[in-house]
Amino acid sequence: MKKRNEKEKTKKKNHQLSLHQRNALEGYLFLAPWLVGLALFTLFPVVYSVILSMSDVQMAPTGIKTRFVGIQWYREAFTLDTTFPVSLLDTMKFVLLSTPMIVVSALLLALLLNGKFRGRSVFRGVFFLPVVIISGPVIQELLTTRAAAVIQPESFIIYDFIASLPVVLSAPLLYIFDNIVLILWFSGVQVVLFLAGLQKIGQPIREAASIDGASPWQMFWKIDLPFLKSLILLNTIYTLVQLSAFSSNEVNQEVVNKMTLVGKTYGYSAALSWIYFACMLLVIGAAFLVLRDRKEKAK
Amino acid sequence: MKSSVKRFLALGIRYLLLIGISVVFLYPVLYMVCNSLKSIQDLVNPTVEWLPSKLCWDNYTRALKTLDYGKTLPFTFLYTAVAAIAQTVCCAMAGYAFARHEFPLKRFWMVMLVAAFLIPAQVTLVPRYLMFFNYRLTNTLFAVWLPALLGQGVSSSIFILVFDNFFSSYPKSFDEAAKLDGGGKFTIFFRVALPMVKPAIVVSILFSFVWIWNETYTSGQLMGAGLRTLPMKLESFVAEFTNIYSTASGDMAARLNESGRLAATLLVVAPLMVLYMILQRSFIRGIDAASGLTGE
Repeated sequence: MKKRNEKEKTKKKNHQLSLHQRNALEGYLFLAPWLVGLALFTLFPVVYSVILSMSDVQMAPTGIKTRFVGIQWYREAFTLDTTFPVSLLDTMKFVLLSTPMIVVSALLLALLLNGKFRGRSVFRGVFFLPVVIISGPVIQELLTTRAAAVIQPESFIIYDFIASLPVVLSAPLLYIFDNIVLILWFSGVQVVLFLAGLQKIGQPIREAASIDGASPWQMFWKIDLPFLKSLILLNTIYTLVQLSAFSSNEVNQEVVNKMTLVGKTYGYSAALSWIYFACMLLVIGAAFLVLRDRKEKAK
Repeated sequence: MKSSVKRFLALGIRYLLLIGISVVFLYPVLYMVCNSLKSIQDLVNPTVEWLPSKLCWDNYTRALKTLDYGKTLPFTFLYTAVAAIAQTVCCAMAGYAFARHEFPLKRFWMVMLVAAFLIPAQVTLVPRYLMFFNYRLTNTLFAVWLPALLGQGVSSSIFILVFDNFFSSYPKSFDEAAKLDGGGKFTIFFRVALPMVKPAIVVSILFSFVWIWNETYTSGQLMGAGLRTLPMKLESFVAEFTNIYSTASGDMAARLNESGRLAATLLVVAPLMVLYMILQRSFIRGIDAASGLTGE
């Protein structure tokens, strides 16, 4: 990227401009279908729903009647509502705690599955199950029959041992233990993405490193991790969105429950959704700032 | 000698971990398979916990009939495949734009991309329905196909990000060499750039397929009662049954229906697993081809 810019700068000014312009035009050409789609299919529902979140909505047989009320619902969400701030805080805590664990365990699982060993494709098939199951009708079955709770962490001795540690240490560890099944189930997509990313690392690089005497540990830190850095950001964004959209988390339950609230039909729950949306967007922005590539900063 | 012991140990630990985690994923599936084969007698019999005393295939024949499997499966497959491929083409182009081009407002569109990914589906459901109604797209397959073709389908944003990631990671000199050879921008995109990111293409088609297949909340609303995919039929199958028997004893009815329900659920997700097994092979093959090139 940088090299190319420098090269272009040395060229004549006129020529450089036209090259830049051509590149920009080409970019928009490839982006065009998505932009058209954004304008046609996404813009209206979003704008309309934001308007609804600032309106008093009346569902009459003749259609929907709206009256503008400004930020009233947004204010009430924090002042009058007794449950929403609590569940918002709980959900954010859940998302913030789970995301790093899901991304890290997905990375470890991908490393386990990478490389050549007997039965690799069988294991890869098994590890794809969460992708199929968590997005589909099966998850409903599992939640009703509670078959997903296969590991009862309380039954392990190590659990008691950790519980006896100081709170600072034990709290996060116990969280991992309590949610290990959940963490595993939510990391299906990320594992496949990491696996695909690991394939980009050519075998020659690894061979060269091992001839130079690099241990697997060193290879992980010096070869795999730098290669996967941009995928870590991508997976973090994906995990945040996935967790925030999961229909049985507290805020989403709240939004659905309050959809038909008397006197605040639709508008109020739209306002709650947009508050939640803003919080999540802030978190994703923060994740982006922390995890983005150094090179991009220079740009 | 020492290193071979070490390697053996590492392999043992790897298998131990893999098998342990596999149990977590396989347990519910095994549970479903076992219970879907149980007869009513076995279901209510508390001594029959895992293995049914007799394999009861009736549940499957009933589920096949209720789901109208012979007709619904090809329809669902076609519906999903078209949407998945359309979505992948658009996302590959957009990802290529982000990875390989500098243009004004790029940052802004990137933020919009992530924001679009995060939009809560429940709130936009009503306005979205109104919009599709005005476009006269409701009750047609185009209600799903068109947004997919224009990159606004199920989780399109993540695929654009994936393509952006993969397109950014191979040397730009490949494109430039092709340009010097006189290739047009679309030739370069299809002949040079796309073959380089085969894993991304497979990932995109695979995930699109699974997610579009499983998505019933929005698409069910938009496509109406006339066009029902397998998962939509499964939903009404479950609802109908509980409706009929809810007045009697809901709990008992749910239990009695369990094996039929589980059989239907397995039939609905089985094609996805088959597809993964097939695509996985080309996934690895694509990777081998690509790594030969990036080795430079």
